[in-house]
Amino acid sequence: MITLSRVTKSFGNNHVLRGVDLTIASGKSMVIIGGSGTGKSVLLKCILGLVTPDGGTISLDGQDVRQAERDAFLARFGMLFQGGALFDSLRVWENVAFRLMRGATRRPKDEARAIALEKLRRVGLGPQVADFYPGELSGGMQKRVGLARAIAAEPEIIFFDEPTTGLDPIMAGVINDLIREIVVEMGATAMTITHDMSSVRAIADHVAMLHEGTIKWTGPVSEMDACADPYVQQFIHGRATGPINAIR
Amino acid sequence: MSAAPGPRGAGPVGLGLRGIGRPALAALAAIGRVALFAASLLGHLLRPPIYWRELGTQILQIGWFSLPVVGLTALFTGGALALQIYSGGARFNAEAVVPSIVAIGMVRELGPVLGGLMVAARVASSIAAELGTMKVTEQIDALTTLSTNPMKYLVVPRVLAATLTVPVLVGVGDAIGIMGGWLVGVTRLDFTSVTYLKNTVDFLEPWDIGSGLVKGAAFGFLIALMGCYHGMTSGRGAQGVGRATKSAVVTASVLILAANYLLTEVFFTS
Repeated sequence: MITLSRVTKSFGNNHVLRGVDLTIASGKSMVIIGGSGTGKSVLLKCILGLVTPDGGTISLDGQDVRQAERDAFLARFGMLFQGGALFDSLRVWENVAFRLMRGATRRPKDEARAIALEKLRRVGLGPQVADFYPGELSGGMQKRVGLARAIAAEPEIIFFDEPTTGLDPIMAGVINDLIREIVVEMGATAMTITHDMSSVRAIADHVAMLHEGTIKWTGPVSEMDACADPYVQQFIHGRATGPINAIR
Repeated sequence: MSAAPGPRGAGPVGLGLRGIGRPALAALAAIGRVALFAASLLGHLLRPPIYWRELGTQILQIGWFSLPVVGLTALFTGGALALQIYSGGARFNAEAVVPSIVAIGMVRELGPVLGGLMVAARVASSIAAELGTMKVTEQIDALTTLSTNPMKYLVVPRVLAATLTVPVLVGVGDAIGIMGGWLVGVTRLDFTSVTYLKNTVDFLEPWDIGSGLVKGAAFGFLIALMGCYHGMTSGRGAQGVGRATKSAVVTASVLILAANYLLTEVFFTS
């Protein structure tokens, strides 16, 4: 279980997170929604330690993440980045097997390649793409490779940063279905950031709405449409008028 | 009419001091950040793991692929130096010193400095652009989430490779530069091949060559350090990467010239 308590983060005078309280239960899929620039990615990076929070606490299974042994802590996570963040200089299979070929869980090259091919197959990519470089793939294929890399070491927790941004609706649907299937199949805890409502409905068990640095509403996805929160209602229906300023 | 007071009532003197103080403080802060980056780098250099495959790739990229540009620079510099010394030496009948001065000039100064500057232009820019792009596209964050320290995986191999290969490039450049001088001496200045080579060998001392190689190692370290520092601290977008690339080349070049002066003071004036 991931617990965030009064987490704050500012960049100069820009107070991005102003006291975030949130709990993500083990084995559940939490989707964070909110407008652009509201600090969703910063929140995710705070949990991973890529950005250091100014205040508050973040704990994983009751242990403060700042006191956790870094490699062991990160080994529990997989992450799909918004743009894929594939390493240009490595082949597709080397990207997928990156973690498997380094560190404490290092495997022989042949075994790592075999696992990479299996993970690529799992996300719908054939062995013929394994020896391509990321630059030779389409955006949708790069997302799938990123997804394969995120699940390669079978992490307990997977983060998805805007997994469908920049994809056509059909490919977005494919990625959403894959994420849902993989999370259920692996029994992983998932945290997704998105402003794509079709992703929310496909992926989420629970939803949290982040606005002006705080969580405005959180609850099961089944209650999202009926909730009375004006921020959530404006966001999910894409209204230009409401408590959220259209021009920020 | 008196001059208008500056911000918060500062007079011309205050404005002048502020104009000096702000850049000075910014420069000191930048030096501090580079020093902290270098200290962190040295810490990672001394602790395992070393990524040998990355190191090998960088030795190839920085060393082997820089050979043509360093070789050509040295060849033409050696030839031009021979012509200059011959025409200058002719004013006091000292044309015979051409081989020895070409050799000493190349191995002590021109080989390391020009080689260093050419490698700075080629390598510091390339490192800064590559790492800057990796930062902008979140590849560096991805490395961290994959339990791989970016300093160890990206910075250490580049700095180690440059520190090891630039002296080799300088050595090869020295030899090619001397060959350039010999070529001009024999074909244009009426030296016999044997006389030219004998004069070269007789006047060169081991420390002339050694000092140039030590300079090469120092310049290699500075080139990669500046490339990595500016790449890893690159701003966002194409403009941020462009600025990082430019800063890497400019700072590496200036540091090479400054370090060259300091090392020359240390090596040859005491």
